[in-house]
Amino acid sequence: MSDARHSTARSIAAHAVLLTYTAIALFPVFVIVVNSFKNRRAIFADPLALPSGDSFDLVGYRTVLAQGDFLLYFQNSLIVTVASLFFVLLFGAMAAFALSEYRFRGNMLMGLYLALGIMIPIRLGTVAILQLMVASGLVNTLAALVLVYTAQGLPLAVFILSEFMRGVSDDLKNAGRIDGLSEYTIFFRLVLPLVRPAMATVAVFTMIPIWNDLWFPLILAPSEATKTITLGSQAFIGQFVTNWNAVLAALSLAILPVLVLYLVFSRQLIRGITAGAVK
Amino acid sequence: MGALSLSQVTKSFGATDVIKGVDLEVADGEFCVFVGPSGCGKSTLLRMIAGLEDVSAGEIAIDGARINDLAPAKREIAMVFQSYALYPHMTVRDNMGLALKQAGTPRAEIAQATDRAAAMLALDALMARRPAELSGGQRQRVAIGRAIVRRPKLFLFDEPLSNLDAALRVQTRIEIARLHRELGATMIYVTHDQVEAMTLADKIVVLRAGRVEQVGRPMDLYNDPDNTFVAGFIGSPQMNFLKGARLGLNSDTLGIRPEHLLPGGSRIQGRVSHVEKLGGETLAYVQAEDHGLLTLRMFGERDFAVDEALGLDFDPDRAFHFDAEGQRLR
Repeated sequence: MSDARHSTARSIAAHAVLLTYTAIALFPVFVIVVNSFKNRRAIFADPLALPSGDSFDLVGYRTVLAQGDFLLYFQNSLIVTVASLFFVLLFGAMAAFALSEYRFRGNMLMGLYLALGIMIPIRLGTVAILQLMVASGLVNTLAALVLVYTAQGLPLAVFILSEFMRGVSDDLKNAGRIDGLSEYTIFFRLVLPLVRPAMATVAVFTMIPIWNDLWFPLILAPSEATKTITLGSQAFIGQFVTNWNAVLAALSLAILPVLVLYLVFSRQLIRGITAGAVK
Repeated sequence: MGALSLSQVTKSFGATDVIKGVDLEVADGEFCVFVGPSGCGKSTLLRMIAGLEDVSAGEIAIDGARINDLAPAKREIAMVFQSYALYPHMTVRDNMGLALKQAGTPRAEIAQATDRAAAMLALDALMARRPAELSGGQRQRVAIGRAIVRRPKLFLFDEPLSNLDAALRVQTRIEIARLHRELGATMIYVTHDQVEAMTLADKIVVLRAGRVEQVGRPMDLYNDPDNTFVAGFIGSPQMNFLKGARLGLNSDTLGIRPEHLLPGGSRIQGRVSHVEKLGGETLAYVQAEDHGLLTLRMFGERDFAVDEALGLDFDPDRAFHFDAEGQRLR
């Protein structure tokens, strides 16, 4: 970086802004995690204090883990999220490739139609979706959730990925065609690796709402065997009494897997290998 | 093994014809250059030969066999792109060997073919690198190497030198000419740069707006252009076009190359507007009263003052006569 663009004052200012934003964004997470390690009295007496020798208490975690189903809830959430993510990325990328690569009648309309879902919330169709699931016998199965989340995630995925795929050099794809690669090989071996950063972005944007969703698990799969972690945590919130220790502990635990997934994808974001592909 | 023939080849996008019935014969082993201004359809024509664009009408044949409906990979062609189009996640060796691997060639044979191509292009030391670790010139050599490895009937080059800087362009141009001699393969080369066309081609095809204006050897086009377009496009600096009527001639336009316009004389009157000294030659731009800006090209260093009045003369035997439509009068 040249000296002209790198002034200390400016970089301090930039860091101050970023640090402030980070503090604001992390504050609720911080409060949840800190309080999950305190006893009930300490939570209410001084919610912002760090756990000390006196107030430190793992009762929340003990309650959560003692409820034997919690591992199952975790597993359900993970299965639903990862499966939905896989289908959203696979089908989204395929549709995006078709839209960006091939000239066919109605290409533009198809693109608009597929993007329409971004503007219309899928929850408006909840009643119809429930009827559909009842009719097809999918109520109280994880498959119901995977199907709904895949539908919910596809519009944004198609929209973002088709935009990125338009940016992949035509020459590169044509070079592949001349070298005898099939369209599938071009898609999987040439184009997908080049749009990996975009795939990671889509993955993060798709994953978090699915993991956090309470609505569809509650309506489509509320049975004990299919509860997700967000739904499971609700067990500790009662109409009259709420077990705050357990709620906070459950939420703290729920952050972990999604944090791991995020770290995996953000590495992809940074490690773009597009540089030097074409001049 | 690699004669190409096009007959009445047409390409339309909707109602607009981009290529309007092109007929062309390229003999085996010939170096054929498509040249023309941007938008003339030269790249589209090349991509049709490669099979990357559909042919709307007409026929493309290699060695007499119609290839209109063959997939690009089945046409036994190789293409070098302006943007190199190397596979970014593969090493140079894998880039060069991919087509053979895809065709199911045994591994030992692939290694042999890539090594041979690498030796021809001095790429031996770079085989394990990825494209991102190469310079522009090296990348283009790898792209050419990838084409050689396949031993195609037909090499297609789509403006391969346009992304290189001037020095590298000359060097790579010489390299391509050498490869053509060594391989003896048929090559089709697209460029908008008439210097590349003149220096490389056995046969130049000048295209304008989807039509072939003239086909011929470089010196044939230079010394015997069919119309004002070809006359103006081939040769640098551009040919001067003078108004025939002002010179008392029957032809509408008179074309004179800058080197055939001579200082001193009384046929044309003008004033020097700019002088460019290049050491080996001197270019003078003269604003002529009757004909607009004319270019003179003189050998060696010559001195002219800007705004100096200058009379010009020319050798009538070396002038080209054109009619009002721009067609040559012979």
